[in-house]
Amino acid sequence: MASPGASLKRFGLPAGLILLALLFPFINEVLGANLMFPVIVVAVYVMLALGLNIVVGFAGLLDLGFVAFYALGAYVVGWFASTHFSGVNFSFLSALPTSGSLPGIHVSFWVLLLAAGAFAAFWGVIIGAPTLRLRGDYLAIVTLGFGEIIPRFFVNGDDIFGYNLTNGTVGIKGIDSPGIPFVPSRGWQQFGTLDLNPWYYTILVLVLVTVFVNIRLRDSRLGRAWIAVREDETAAAAMGVNLVTTKLWAYALGATFGGFAGAFYGAFIKSIFPTSFSFNVSVLILCMVVLGGMGNIYGVILGAIILQGTNFYLLPQINIWVHDIGTALSSPFLANVDIPKYNYFLFGAILVAMMLLRPEGIIPNRQRQEELREGDEDDSATEITGAT
Amino acid sequence: MATTQEAKTGGSTLEGLRASSWSSRIAVAIIAALTVLLLVQAVREPGQFTSQLLIGLTNGAIIALIALGYTLVYGIIELINFAHGDNFMIGSFVGVTVLSGTFLGLGFFAPIDASSGAALKVFGVLFALVVAMVVCGLVNVGIERVAYKPLRNSPRLAVLITAIGMSFILQNVGLAWKDASQIPFPSLVSNANILAGVTDEVTFRWKDLFVLAVTVPLLVALSYFIRSTKQGKAMRAVAQDKEAAAMMGINVNRTISVAFLLGGILAGASGVMFGLFNGTTVFDVGLRQGLFAFTAAVLGGIGNLTGAVVGGILIGIIGSMTDQYIGVRWTDIVIFTVLILVLVFRPRGLLGDRSAVQGGGGE
Repeated sequence: MASPGASLKRFGLPAGLILLALLFPFINEVLGANLMFPVIVVAVYVMLALGLNIVVGFAGLLDLGFVAFYALGAYVVGWFASTHFSGVNFSFLSALPTSGSLPGIHVSFWVLLLAAGAFAAFWGVIIGAPTLRLRGDYLAIVTLGFGEIIPRFFVNGDDIFGYNLTNGTVGIKGIDSPGIPFVPSRGWQQFGTLDLNPWYYTILVLVLVTVFVNIRLRDSRLGRAWIAVREDETAAAAMGVNLVTTKLWAYALGATFGGFAGAFYGAFIKSIFPTSFSFNVSVLILCMVVLGGMGNIYGVILGAIILQGTNFYLLPQINIWVHDIGTALSSPFLANVDIPKYNYFLFGAILVAMMLLRPEGIIPNRQRQEELREGDEDDSATEITGAT
Repeated sequence: MATTQEAKTGGSTLEGLRASSWSSRIAVAIIAALTVLLLVQAVREPGQFTSQLLIGLTNGAIIALIALGYTLVYGIIELINFAHGDNFMIGSFVGVTVLSGTFLGLGFFAPIDASSGAALKVFGVLFALVVAMVVCGLVNVGIERVAYKPLRNSPRLAVLITAIGMSFILQNVGLAWKDASQIPFPSLVSNANILAGVTDEVTFRWKDLFVLAVTVPLLVALSYFIRSTKQGKAMRAVAQDKEAAAMMGINVNRTISVAFLLGGILAGASGVMFGLFNGTTVFDVGLRQGLFAFTAAVLGGIGNLTGAVVGGILIGIIGSMTDQYIGVRWTDIVIFTVLILVLVFRPRGLLGDRSAVQGGGGE
């Protein structure tokens, strides 16, 4: 704040980025780039990565089952904004003009968004509460266990004592579109599949809210408690930090953003399948956080953009190049190789390379950097034995 | 067989009762109720029950071999070697490649399959086992050198993240090698029932015997190695206290490598047997099977070799019982639930070795 340069950095850069984000649909239209769909999906992953960043980056708890909250959020929208429960006929503020006459439950997306966040947070606490006394690596495995159980439950959920709760591998289809009543534009009254602008601005607002909440959390009393717990649990407890509530808040808040992202994604894609919530997704999100820089909000956003950009744009592009080279060299192997299929090789390699070479990520959080580099010097006895 | 199994469960519940907190009492009640339910089934259809128990034993043997790899490594450097399950997958791929006789487009010998002669089959299986064991052992040592060794002084989570990265790298090596479809194994071991002439009710196939006939010598050899050789003694010393071991002139790095080598060897054997036993393998089998094995290692008490075997067999039996009495689709969920329950309520496992609860290391 002192110098104009600092305040420019503090307010100018974010303001510029927000302006760019606001104008993006127009830029996209002028350039004819047709990037709306991938950008919306990237934004969903930015939210997920920011959610995981609270758990992994701020509180230092490795969560390998984050996809579970994403899935729970998506299923909340799937259950309560589709014809799935065809035995019931219930409608609440739904954007669908005919919702009253349709079977199933149709609740307004905005209500469900909040419900999805709350539901995910609830499960975050359920998962977190019994596991928090475990040491870091065991905690990671327990979260992985939950992350595996929940999608499998959704797969098997078409026959729970004969009741079809989740429609199994077929998934839930025909999820209602959100809509904002009382606006003149029809495209906003019920979001359509052709005009993606309403979707874009919705997720943009969600991402901005997420970023804002993250920044405020990081600088709050709770955020400082997270950092204290991450650095040294015993010292933090001795200083009066309540370990259990502090960690539970991290779980619950991280899960909330996972739930929001899932709810939006479910409504946007309109159909959800349990197979889209596999362990791979958890690792992809973790990779975003690690690549960008654990604990650094801007780093995590950058990580999400880089990795999803790689998924959507870079790998298909490389694939085309390799195919061209293969055709030119008349090598059938190169001409037919399917490079995007091996994207997780890249993500695995990124995890290994980052941990070996730059564990603090592209844009490091300074405190985190110190912690991760600390082991390079001598005193590592506490880390090896895990004793506290 | 059935009675000894029940006795074993009974013993551990008694031990739990002494700890006697509310959670352990509930656990005892639940385990007792499940045991009674199983016994009811056992009395109602003894043949089916015994067959399931034997299948569980065989599956458990395969899981136990992987679990030993987790436990050996964890016992020494306290790392959950997440890539271990995928190393197991590589083992099964090596096995199927050896049996096909073709590698990198070069045909070395005619494929060994169901139509081959008996001697060739035996040779083929042994050869596949040995090659897979060597390859997996070396892969495991290589991973340790490249990915884990530079991080030996880093925070534990950094190494775990590296291990997850290695797991995905191996998985994609498998994907590039054999593609995403299920890979059929030649049926070299007979599916016929050994007991066909004796009783029709109980099924114990040559396959099951084969798995046990490979596993038991491996376990005996491992036990001999750890107990009686100099290197085994060094491993136990390093597991107890790295610094003190180093001061006594033990080469800690080499000992850690040996632990990874042993784990890889067992995973390789397990991978080939898994393929021959189930008739198929796939590039992402490592995650599920690896988690099962990790569950087994934790259930028995991680770092504890006997525990890994006991845990493996228990997990195999829990899995086969779930297959039979609850439904195959719920097996994964049941075993992952066991994983969570054990980690949360009894992190040092049934036989107990190293505590997973923070500050409760006891060493």
